[in-house]
Amino acid sequence: MSFQQYKVLKRKPLRWWEKLYLPQILMGLKTTFGIMIRKPVTLKYPEERPVIPKGYRGVPTLVKDQEGREKCVSCQLCEFVCPAKAIRVTPGEVDPDSPHARVQEKAPAEFQINMLRCIYCGMCQEVCPESAIHLQDIYSLNGYSRESLVLNKEQLYKIGGTLPDKELKWAKKDNAVAEKH
Amino acid sequence: MNEFSLALIECYNGWGWGQLPTDPESVAVTSAILKAIIAVGIVLATMGGCLYAVLLERKVAAWCQGRVGPCRTTFPMLMWFPVVGRILTYCGFIQPLADGGKLFLREEPIPGHVTKWLYHLAPCLALAPALVTLVMMPFTSYIDPETGKETAMMLCNMNPGFVFVVAVSSLGAYGTILAGWSSNSKYPFLASMRIGAQVISYELCIVTSILPIVLLTAANTDANPLSFFSIVSQQSDWWNIMLVPVSAIIYFSAMLAEMGRLPFDVPESETDTVGGFHTEYGTFKFGLFFVGEYLHIILGSIIFTLFFLGGWHILPFLPQIDGVWGSVLGLCCLLFKAFCLMFLIVWIRWTLPRFRFDQVMHLCWKALLPIAIVNLLAYFVIVTFIDLA
Repeated sequence: MSFQQYKVLKRKPLRWWEKLYLPQILMGLKTTFGIMIRKPVTLKYPEERPVIPKGYRGVPTLVKDQEGREKCVSCQLCEFVCPAKAIRVTPGEVDPDSPHARVQEKAPAEFQINMLRCIYCGMCQEVCPESAIHLQDIYSLNGYSRESLVLNKEQLYKIGGTLPDKELKWAKKDNAVAEKH
Repeated sequence: MNEFSLALIECYNGWGWGQLPTDPESVAVTSAILKAIIAVGIVLATMGGCLYAVLLERKVAAWCQGRVGPCRTTFPMLMWFPVVGRILTYCGFIQPLADGGKLFLREEPIPGHVTKWLYHLAPCLALAPALVTLVMMPFTSYIDPETGKETAMMLCNMNPGFVFVVAVSSLGAYGTILAGWSSNSKYPFLASMRIGAQVISYELCIVTSILPIVLLTAANTDANPLSFFSIVSQQSDWWNIMLVPVSAIIYFSAMLAEMGRLPFDVPESETDTVGGFHTEYGTFKFGLFFVGEYLHIILGSIIFTLFFLGGWHILPFLPQIDGVWGSVLGLCCLLFKAFCLMFLIVWIRWTLPRFRFDQVMHLCWKALLPIAIVNLLAYFVIVTFIDLA
């Protein structure tokens, strides 16, 4: 057993005016008065909303690029990585007549996220090779039934909207080809 | 009271709207009617004041904690007024009505194990004595512009008025003690035992700290020093808080203890006695206790103002204005001082932590009471020397 070293702090005895309590009470009153005249720290919620910081992990949604193309290629990586098993992807093919058919072959036929299972960990966003799934700054998703909170593809795209790509790789390729000829 | 009525009647006759008879019999009749009207008016005003004291408490609590406080409750009609409606809503002006109305609409369960008769009696006993003391309080005074005679504006100018107030206001403790006893449940019982001990102990401090004022009043005036009115009217120059500051501090602390306010709210300490003496009470009876608590705050503030802060006198050394407007100004002044004190009491509640019960008793018997007695003896000697000189 090792000898534990310690230091004894001496407590000073209270002075007579400290024993009166009154100066300390006045100091306390001063502190609370300072808080009283300060701006309140709480928000009046539905009217005033907090500013959501960048990188906030809210509701996961599907997004389109600036040409309106579904970014998701239904690779199902998100489905496999999801620790809560909230995502279910039914893979499908892109219609050959679609303007985007040249760019991508596959797109989800159905894409479901169960928001009651989702733990908002953001792993789906991290794993997605196409940046097609994105966690929004929405923090108050709610519904009247369990079924209504299993969001399908349309709903996910509706909430998600458009997340422009920084560079359109196919357009870049087209340009390169045009320059060559 | 007859003096007060006569002053009111003369005042009314002076306005020229009509003549009221001034012979003694007619004055007695008019006086009785006036008494009834004013008594009802004062009770209504005080009860309304209690509701808004609750609002004050909630708002100050919110401000001390960095919150906004009640700011939403409103009537649809109130929002028709563009700016005023919004401001009143933001101030929580309608909130007390919602708080009070809620208590009426709830189901009222009566536990099976209580002593029914005392259980029902207790809330009334907690409220009634506090309302009775209102009778003895001078709210303002009327100075006749011609004769310069000062008349007290109070319902009953009893000779030992201050003894009556001190005696009756502490009867309210019976209500809370009975509530705990009749509840037949151990936590309320524990709380009521604490109230009993606390009220009896601090009552001594209250009386001992007021006696120097009575001595000073007796030394300064020929009037009856036990009457509330003469205690206040002799403060036109020096307020008592300047003459007897130690008494004021002791009285204020003891008053907080008597009202069961923080830092002395052991009777209601939620952590060790559940809800305190009113654990077994619900709905309207709980409401009566709640209103009683705030009534004690209002009355305590008014009594402190009368004893120490010069009552209706505007500032020290400022003579009171003659006539009706002087009286109205005096009343406003009294209410303003009482409001500031209420604010202070609420502010103290949201600043200080609660004392332990043994600390409460220690503070009373080993600190406040000895200081109060020494203080009394000192003023006794001083006043005697002044009288001899």
